[in-house]
Amino acid sequence: MFDGRDPIYLQIADQIRREILSGALSEEEQVMSTTQYATTFRINPATAAKAFAELVDEGILYKRRGVGMFVAPDAREALLGRRRERFFAEAVEPLALEAHILGIPVEQVVDRLRQAARTAAEVDPARPATPQEDR
Amino acid sequence: MSFAVQTRDLTLRYGSTVAVDRVSLEIPPGTICGLLGRNGSGKTTLLSAMAAFRRPNAGTLLVDGEDPWENARVLEGVVLVRESGDVLSDRSLEDNLALVAQSRPHYSHELAGTLMDRFELDPRSKHSALSRGRRSAFGTIVGLASRAPLTLLDEVHLGMDAPSRYEFYDALLADYVSHPRTIVLSSHLIEEVQRLLETVVVLHHGKVLLTEDAETLRRRGVCVTGPDQAVEAFVAGRTVVGRQSLGPTTQATVYGDLEPEEIAAARGLGLEIGPVDLQDLFVHLTGKEAGR
Repeated sequence: MFDGRDPIYLQIADQIRREILSGALSEEEQVMSTTQYATTFRINPATAAKAFAELVDEGILYKRRGVGMFVAPDAREALLGRRRERFFAEAVEPLALEAHILGIPVEQVVDRLRQAARTAAEVDPARPATPQEDR
Repeated sequence: MSFAVQTRDLTLRYGSTVAVDRVSLEIPPGTICGLLGRNGSGKTTLLSAMAAFRRPNAGTLLVDGEDPWENARVLEGVVLVRESGDVLSDRSLEDNLALVAQSRPHYSHELAGTLMDRFELDPRSKHSALSRGRRSAFGTIVGLASRAPLTLLDEVHLGMDAPSRYEFYDALLADYVSHPRTIVLSSHLIEEVQRLLETVVVLHHGKVLLTEDAETLRRRGVCVTGPDQAVEAFVAGRTVVGRQSLGPTTQATVYGDLEPEEIAAARGLGLEIGPVDLQDLFVHLTGKEAGR
């Protein structure tokens, strides 16, 4: 766990974000304490605390005094919104560039995307298949 | 309870050999600090001064704000565990622990007992009858069970095999979170301990090469890979601590802060930018070519 070479606190923060997005962590659910993080993953507790501080700043987690850290009520929506904003810049635009370099016609890319999207919807029918509103 | 350590121009000599050379550093209270350096870099001498085993030749050293030399209040709160042990080797482990308990006001019998079980040590064994690995394990038990506000562990875990070392890391973290204190862990095996550390001090030839927050240090090193000319253009004017050529491709390890825009610009030039492992950075910074 946490083998990437990014700073560990960023990796921890990312892992918590992923768990919220996937539903493994629900809203209003308590997350592991810095102590549990430290002993479970053999990291300095200050490192785990730094990850939590970042997520609190982002409004993803909130602190209940004397109890611990909890997932904010609208954390998942907030994360999804941010991801969608980045999706075109980080995934679609590089894809278009790569397709252009490789000489793949855009229609072919779109066909393949539709196919993959159908498969994704079959694998995970719970997620809405209807398109999200445009940017 | 946690002690801070501050040194200013601290110097320790053995005859004409300068083991610690005008070292100025600060270890914040309640942190786990990694004291890293190659063999002979002055780690043990520096720790011995903090524990008042050696008297500095020059400079100042403050532990919890006071000079530790012949300072009973400070010294009952400082424990230094060295590989050599500092134990009564012809006595049993329980006799040795009883002795530690007498001199350490925060000593925990409970923790010592738990760790003795965990490392499968028999309290009735004579210390001299233990293998190297078990002596190391016993050393870590003395170090942790003392719960000293300043705990100095000098390469004590290096004699243990890998499973025992991980047991030790787990025990150290678990007890540190429940009883915060200042822990200085000296080692040249950085890979395993880097995540435990909050701050890092690197000694080289008796001098402080760098002292930094461990996460910041990890981010400081960047590995740049790409065509020779592009890499050379990018690293010009930066601190290059390592360079490898693989045909037309060069991989350079750069030390220093890089702004996100600089990294983006480098990627735009077709360069691959990757982080550097702390151990690699350490090897580069303290390698043969590194300045004296």
